[in-house]
Amino acid sequence: MRIGDYKESYAADEAVFSTPTSRFWLGVLFAAMAAFPFFAGDYLLYMANITGIAIVAALGLNILTGATGQISLGHAAFIGIGAYTSAILTNRFGLPYLLCLPLAGLAAAFFGILVGAPSMRMKGLYLCITTLAAQVIFEFLFVHWETLTGGIRGLNVPAPEVFGLKIDSEFSFYWITAVVVIIAATVSRNLFRTRMGRAFIAIRDRDISAELMGINLFRYKLYAFAISSFLAGIAGSLWVGHLRSITPEHFPLHESIRYLAMIIVGGLGNILGAIYGAIFMTMIPELLQSVLKYFESMFPQAMAFLFPLQTVVFGLLIVVFLVFEPHGLAEIWCRIKNFFRLWPFKH
Amino acid sequence: MPILEVNNLRLAFGGLQVLDDVSFTVNEGEIYAIIGPNGAGKTSILNCLGGFYRQQAGDIIFTGNDISSLSPDRRAALGLARTFQNIALFHGMTVLDNIKLGSHAHLKSGLLDTLLYWGRAHREEMKLREEIEREIIDFLEIEHIRKQPVSTLAYGLQKRVELARALAMRPKILLLDEPVAGMNAEETEDMVRFILDIQEERDLTIVIIEHDMRMIMDISDRIMVLNFGCKIAEGTPGEIQKHPEVLKAYLGEKRKHG
Repeated sequence: MRIGDYKESYAADEAVFSTPTSRFWLGVLFAAMAAFPFFAGDYLLYMANITGIAIVAALGLNILTGATGQISLGHAAFIGIGAYTSAILTNRFGLPYLLCLPLAGLAAAFFGILVGAPSMRMKGLYLCITTLAAQVIFEFLFVHWETLTGGIRGLNVPAPEVFGLKIDSEFSFYWITAVVVIIAATVSRNLFRTRMGRAFIAIRDRDISAELMGINLFRYKLYAFAISSFLAGIAGSLWVGHLRSITPEHFPLHESIRYLAMIIVGGLGNILGAIYGAIFMTMIPELLQSVLKYFESMFPQAMAFLFPLQTVVFGLLIVVFLVFEPHGLAEIWCRIKNFFRLWPFKH
Repeated sequence: MPILEVNNLRLAFGGLQVLDDVSFTVNEGEIYAIIGPNGAGKTSILNCLGGFYRQQAGDIIFTGNDISSLSPDRRAALGLARTFQNIALFHGMTVLDNIKLGSHAHLKSGLLDTLLYWGRAHREEMKLREEIEREIIDFLEIEHIRKQPVSTLAYGLQKRVELARALAMRPKILLLDEPVAGMNAEETEDMVRFILDIQEERDLTIVIIEHDMRMIMDISDRIMVLNFGCKIAEGTPGEIQKHPEVLKAYLGEKRKHG
């Protein structure tokens, strides 16, 4: 139980991990992340990698849609831009992977600013439609600009090399994913401790009074678009490094919607929420599948009927979530923490 | 010395003349009240001053500069702060963050600073926090709620937080749109005390719109009366109370017989 909460400076009061307990658990988390690959098999490491990539992208969308309130249906396209940029820079110019990562982010950020430009005049659902248009346009380009993107056959890239080491296994790529996830989460958290993050939330909550408070709406919306698609581009570059091949099929509209679902299930505008949402949306389908596999051994004939059911169950889970916990997984976590703060006393 | 000069302001929405040739000046350090029946155009004046409405004619001179064509965020940075009739706080943020947001235009950390946080952004945030605690939170007696989300607060407290946010903008002039509307006697008294303290201790100029006549007559130095978008009177509370045009606008005319 945590009794009293004495702080002696404002810096201590504003720290993210403000109590020894929370710093202890952060240490435990890092230790667990570092130990994980030595115990996990290839399949689990693969899951960890794609979850990490999803986390980075979801953190990005969370800044734009969750915090700034600009609904984007084009997030998958920005991930795609990052992925193609990274692949093209590797194949044509032979740039090292660690350089491709930020460049992919910058390329995506550039297009993010272009797509965000209409936000000067439009907001809400109308802006949402322009992001949908961006999704469609970029998907079209991925397929038809064959000289650059390889058309529907896509591009293959060699295994990335970092400091002379070949990153060609799930085990080795795990370290890259882990570091990028930690950086992305730190950077997002920092953003909301300062003026820029506050401006984003102000624009979401009440844009008119935000402007009268001295916030240049257009500039800050563009910042949100840029940061969000920068993270998407990084996620795309991670994707390429991990799978070593891309096709346009990897970045369809329903992937954009899946990212929206992640941040909604996790908790809009909440950094932990984006992380939980990404984990939930990547792990649950896999979990459902392994449960079904287990039943398959018992009732071999039932599979034909059960297999499509996993999509239904997945959808149902999301609906149940939104009905009973509209603030997402982050809110549940908050309640659990508050419960243990007073435990074992009730008040 | 005038800090704000409004000359021949005209505003129309389609055929509806909202403000018709309104001119007034506000002197440094005074409390200037704008009163008038509902729909007289009081809030529209504030919206023109803040840049939310663009007037069709007339100009606004603030501390010697013509700000008529500046965008709302530029005007805010120059020292024009306001509160709203229907509270316009940011509901997803805590009280503290709402107040910090008021200082937005005075902070300098850029994109990279905020992403890295340590260093310049950290120093700036700590300085800001200390200033806000010392000069605003303490002053307005809202220490106990500083970490609460504003949506959980009572109406009177929300109004006070809005005032705190406006103060954090380090304004030269404070535009208050019905600061005590919907408050009970005790809350009104508290708010009036804060407004008077602000004016005295910080040498702020205050423009206030309010329907609570007792309060207006008590605290304002000068009053302007609007009716249907026209300025019908201006003067000290004593003059306004006896002004025939004002009595006509508020109470109506005696029917003349014969």
